[in-house]
Amino acid sequence: MNAAWLLLALPLFSFVVIALFTRRMGTLSSLISTLTSIILAVVAVLLFVDRIPAPDAAIKWIDFGMLTISIKLLVDPLSKLMLLVVTGVGCLIHIYSLGYMKEDASKGRYFACLSLFMFSMIGIVLAENFLMMFIFWELVGVSSFLLIGHWFERPAAADASKKAFITNKIGDFGFLVGILLAWTYFDTLSFPGMQQTLPNSIGESGTFIAMCLLLFCGTIGKSAMFPLHVWLPDAMEGPTPVSALIHAATMVAAGVYMLCRIWFLLEISPTSLSIIAWIGGGTALMAALIATQQNDIKRILAYSTLSQLGYMVMSVGLSAPGPAMYHLTTHAFFKALLFLGAGSVIYALHHEQNIWKMGGLFGKMKITAITFLIGTLALIGCPGLSGFFSKDEIILAASHHSGHLHALYYIALGTAFLTAFYMVRLFTVAFINPAASRKHDSHGDDIHESPAVMTMPLILLAIPSILVWVAGIPAYLKLGHAPEHHGNMVMILSTLMFAGGSLVGYFLYIGKKADPISIPLFQHKFYFDEFYGVLIKYVQQNVAMVFHFFDRFVLDGLFVTGSGLATNFMGRVLSWFQTGNVQTYVVWLALGILAIFWFMIQ
Amino acid sequence: MNLLTLTLCLPLVGAICIGLFPLKGREAYWAALTASILMLLCTLRIAWIFQDALPEGDSLFRLVEFYPWFPDLNLSYKVGIDGISLTLLILTSIVTVAAVGVSAHVEESPRTFFAGLLLISAGAFGAFISLDLMLLYIFHELALIPTFLLIGFWGSSTYRERVATKLTIYLTAGSLLLLIGLLAFYFLLPPNIRTFDMEALRLSLSAPNAPTGLILRSHELWVYPLILFGFGILISLFPFHTWAPQGYANAPTAVAMLHAGVLKKFGLYGIIRVSQVFLPFGAMSYWMDVLAVLLLCNIIYVGYVAMAEKDMNYMLGFSSVSHMGYIFLGIISHTLIGISGAIFLMFAHGLTASLGFAISGYVYRKTGTRDMTQLGGLAKSMPFMAVLFGMVAFASAGLPGFGNFAAEILIFFGAWDKHRVVTIIALWGVVISSVYMLRAFRNVFLGDLKPTQDPASVITMSYIERLPYLLLISVLVIIGFCPSLLLNLIKPGVEQWFVLIGK
Repeated sequence: MNAAWLLLALPLFSFVVIALFTRRMGTLSSLISTLTSIILAVVAVLLFVDRIPAPDAAIKWIDFGMLTISIKLLVDPLSKLMLLVVTGVGCLIHIYSLGYMKEDASKGRYFACLSLFMFSMIGIVLAENFLMMFIFWELVGVSSFLLIGHWFERPAAADASKKAFITNKIGDFGFLVGILLAWTYFDTLSFPGMQQTLPNSIGESGTFIAMCLLLFCGTIGKSAMFPLHVWLPDAMEGPTPVSALIHAATMVAAGVYMLCRIWFLLEISPTSLSIIAWIGGGTALMAALIATQQNDIKRILAYSTLSQLGYMVMSVGLSAPGPAMYHLTTHAFFKALLFLGAGSVIYALHHEQNIWKMGGLFGKMKITAITFLIGTLALIGCPGLSGFFSKDEIILAASHHSGHLHALYYIALGTAFLTAFYMVRLFTVAFINPAASRKHDSHGDDIHESPAVMTMPLILLAIPSILVWVAGIPAYLKLGHAPEHHGNMVMILSTLMFAGGSLVGYFLYIGKKADPISIPLFQHKFYFDEFYGVLIKYVQQNVAMVFHFFDRFVLDGLFVTGSGLATNFMGRVLSWFQTGNVQTYVVWLALGILAIFWFMIQ
Repeated sequence: MNLLTLTLCLPLVGAICIGLFPLKGREAYWAALTASILMLLCTLRIAWIFQDALPEGDSLFRLVEFYPWFPDLNLSYKVGIDGISLTLLILTSIVTVAAVGVSAHVEESPRTFFAGLLLISAGAFGAFISLDLMLLYIFHELALIPTFLLIGFWGSSTYRERVATKLTIYLTAGSLLLLIGLLAFYFLLPPNIRTFDMEALRLSLSAPNAPTGLILRSHELWVYPLILFGFGILISLFPFHTWAPQGYANAPTAVAMLHAGVLKKFGLYGIIRVSQVFLPFGAMSYWMDVLAVLLLCNIIYVGYVAMAEKDMNYMLGFSSVSHMGYIFLGIISHTLIGISGAIFLMFAHGLTASLGFAISGYVYRKTGTRDMTQLGGLAKSMPFMAVLFGMVAFASAGLPGFGNFAAEILIFFGAWDKHRVVTIIALWGVVISSVYMLRAFRNVFLGDLKPTQDPASVITMSYIERLPYLLLISVLVIIGFCPSLLLNLIKPGVEQWFVLIGK
C-alpha cells in the first residue's frame, strides 16, 4: 500500500474514532485530530518532494463497465501544490484551535468535524475523476455545514449553516448536470482519460459551452461567486479558525482548483471563458465595494475573500490558470493569517467583532498586530510581499486581452485600489485608533496577547505570506501558457493603486470614532439577501403553499373524498328504490311503464 | 420445506403464538422481537448460502420450492429468490426488527398489536419470495389487512378510523385494478403458455424463436396501464398518492415504518417483475412518457408540498412519496445501471423512511407534538435523535456516505441517455429535498429550545433502546460506503430478469 493513501485514511480514521469513542473527552479528541493533521502535512511534504512515489492503485467503488466510479489518487504538480496548501494551513489551524476552542463544551465534535473536513478536502484535491471529486465535493459541504453550525443553539449560526448547504446544493445541481454531459461527451469520467480522448481539432459546440458553464456552476456554489455568493458572509457565524481554514483558505478555493483541473476543457471554449472571467471580475468588484462599508471584522475579511476569489476565477477566465493557482496559494496563507489574527483579537476582546469598538490594540497585542499588518500588506499588494506578485500576474493577464475583456483590466485595478482602502480602514480603526469607545466596557483593561499556541501559527503563517513568491509557482505548475513578463506598466499602476488606496484609507479613518462615509447600498450588500428573502418567502413558499392547498383540497378533498362521497350519495339514491314497501315498488313500476310508453311514442 | 418457507413461517408462527398464549405486559414485545430477530438471522443465512445455492437446470431462481395448490386454476405455491428478491428480503427483515424494536412502549392490547406487525412482515416477505403471480397478490393482501387494523386501533390521532378506512378502500381499489389487469393478462396469454408461474413466463420470453411479447401488442397497450396503475396506487404514484402522507401520519410508528419502508416496495417490485418484463411493448410505448410526467410530479410537485408541511410526520410522508419518483425514473430508464439503481434505492429508501418515522414517533412521544413550528433546539435534550435525524436529512438530500447517494447517482446516469430533460428536472428534486429536510432539522433540533418545552432536561436513552435505530443507520452507512455489497446481488439479478435492456 502506498503511503499516499494515508492522506485519506488518517483523517477518516480520526473522524470515526472521535465520533464513535472519544467525543466526550475533548482534550483527547483534539490531540488525536491535531496529531493527524501534523502527520498529513508531513506526508504532503514528502509527496511534494517526491519521496513517496505516486500511487496508481484504484478502489472500484461502483463498477458497471460503462460507468465505473473508482477512488483513485491523481498526483501531479497541481494537486501536490494544493495538497501542500491544504495540509499546511490545516495543520496550523488545528494547532491554533487547541487554544481558541479550549473552553468549548463540544470540543470533541469540533475536532471530529475538522478531521472530516480534512478528509473531504484532500479527497477533492486528489480526485482522479469527476465523480470522486463530486463525492468529496458534497462531503466538504457537510463538514462546512457542521462547522458553521457548531454553536447550533444560536439561531443565526443554525440559519447560516442551512443557507450555506442549500446554496451549495443549487450550485451542485448544475455541476452534476455538467458531469453527466461530460460523461456522454467522453464516455469516461477520469481527468487523464478525458484529456487523452479529447479530439485534436475540437471546436466549441453549443453542448460543449453548456457543459463548461454547468461545470462552472459547481465553482459558483463552492467558491461563492455571484449570484450564489450570499452564503459566505453568513458562514462567519462559525468559529473563527473554521472561517480561516474552510471559508477563506481551502474549501472556497476548491472551485478555483476545479477550474484549473478541467482547464484542458475550458481552454477549448472561449465563450465560456469570457463568461467565467466576467463573473469573476464582477464578484471581485462587487465584494470589494461591499467590504468598504462593513463594520464586523470577520465580515470585512469574508467580503475580501469573495473579492479575491473573484480575482482567481477571473484569472482562469482570462486564460491564466497558472496565476489563479498562484494567487490561490498566496491568498491561502495571508487570508488564513488575517482570520486567525482577527480570531486572536476576538478572543482577547471576549467575542467583540465590531471594529469601531476595538482600537488601540497595536500596543497591547504586539504579535497579533504585527502579523495582522503583514497579512494586510500582503493582501493589498505591497511590493515585495507575496500578494503583490500573484495579484500582479492576474492584472498582467487582464492587460493582455483586448475587446470587452480589456475592461476587466480596469476592474482589476479598481478592485486593487478598493482592497487597499478597506483593509487599511480596518487596520487603522481596529489597531491604530485610540481605544476611546471601550471605556464603558467592563473588561476594558485586561486585554492581553493570546497564548503561544495561538500566536505561533500566526508567526508561521506570516513567513509564507511574505515569501511564497520566491518559490516560483507558475513555472512549477506549467498550466496554460506562461505569461510574458513585460509588465512594467502594470506593475507601476498596481503599486499606485496600493499606495493610493492605503493613503486614502489611512487619512480618512485615522482618529475617527465613527464612519465618515455612509453608503446604504454597500452597507446592505446590494440588497441581495433582501432580494433572495423575497424570492424564497413569496415565490418558493407560495408555490409550496399552492401545491399544498391543491393536494389537500383538490386532489384529496375533491377527487378522493369526493368520489367516496359520490359513492355514498349513489347508495342513498339507490336506497330509495329498495324501501321494502310494496307501494313504493308499485309507484316505480308505474313510472317505468309510463317511461317506456313515452319512448315508444317518440 | 426449505429455508425460504421456514423463514416465512417464523413471523407467522410468532403471530399465532402471541395470539394464542396469554402473554402479559411486555412479554408480547419480547416474543415478537425474538421472532423478528430469528427471521433476520435466517435471512442472513439465506444471503450467506445464496452464492452457493446454484439454480437447478435452466432455472433463474435459487432455493426454489414448488407445491401445486389448485391445479385446475393453475395456482401453485412456488417460491424462490434471485438477487433482486434477496435484496428486498434483507430489507424486510431489518425493518421488521427495527419496527418491533421501537415499539416497546405499546401498552394497549399489545398481543394483537405485535401479532399484527408480524403478519404485515410475513405478508411482505411472502410477496417477495413468490414466483407465482397469484401468490404474490395474495401475500400482499395478507399484509394489508393487519395494516388497516393497526392504524384503526393504535393510530396516533382522532381521525385514525377514518384514515384507516380511506387508506384501505384506496389500496383495495388499487389491488382490484391490479387483479383485473393480472387476470386480463392471464387470459390473453396464448393457451400453450398460459400460467401464473412468473419463471415459466419469463423463460418463454427468452426461449429460442420466442415471440417478442407474450400477448398481442394491441392488448399490451391497455393491459399495461391496468397493471401499472394498480401497482402505482400502492406506490403512491402521482396523482394517487394522497393516502400515503395521511396514512403514515396517523399510523402507529411501527406500522408507518413497515409500510413506508417495506410494503410500499411491493408495488415497485411488482412493476419490475411483471409489467416491465412481461409487457415490454406497453412499457416502451407512450405509457413510458406518461409515467415520466407522473414521476416528475412525484419528485417536484410533491416535493414542494412537503416544503409547505408543518407536521413532521406529514412532511416525512410527502418526502417518502416524492422519492418514489426517482425509483420510477430508474425503472423507465430501461438500462442495467438505472434499474439496478432503482432497486438499490428501494433498499436505501426503505431504511431512510423507516428511520425517519421512528425518530418522528419518538419526538412525538416525548414532546407531545409534531408541529415543527412548536419545536426547537431538541439537540440539547435529545442529542442522539438529533444526530440520527441529521443523518436522515443528509441521506434524503442524497449525500455521499449513505446508500441513497449511490442509488441516485446510478439512476441519474442510467436514465441520462434516454430521458435527458426528465433527469435534469429530477435532479432539481435533490435541491428541494435538501430544503425541506434541512429546514425540518433546523426547526426541530437546532436553535433555541422553545419556552413551551421542558428546558435542559436531557432525555437519556439506554443502549438497548438505541439498538433498533443504530441497526437501520449502520446498514445505511455500510451500503453507502460499500455499495458493491448489494450491487453484486442486484446486478446479476437485473441482467438475468430483464430481456431487453441497454447497458
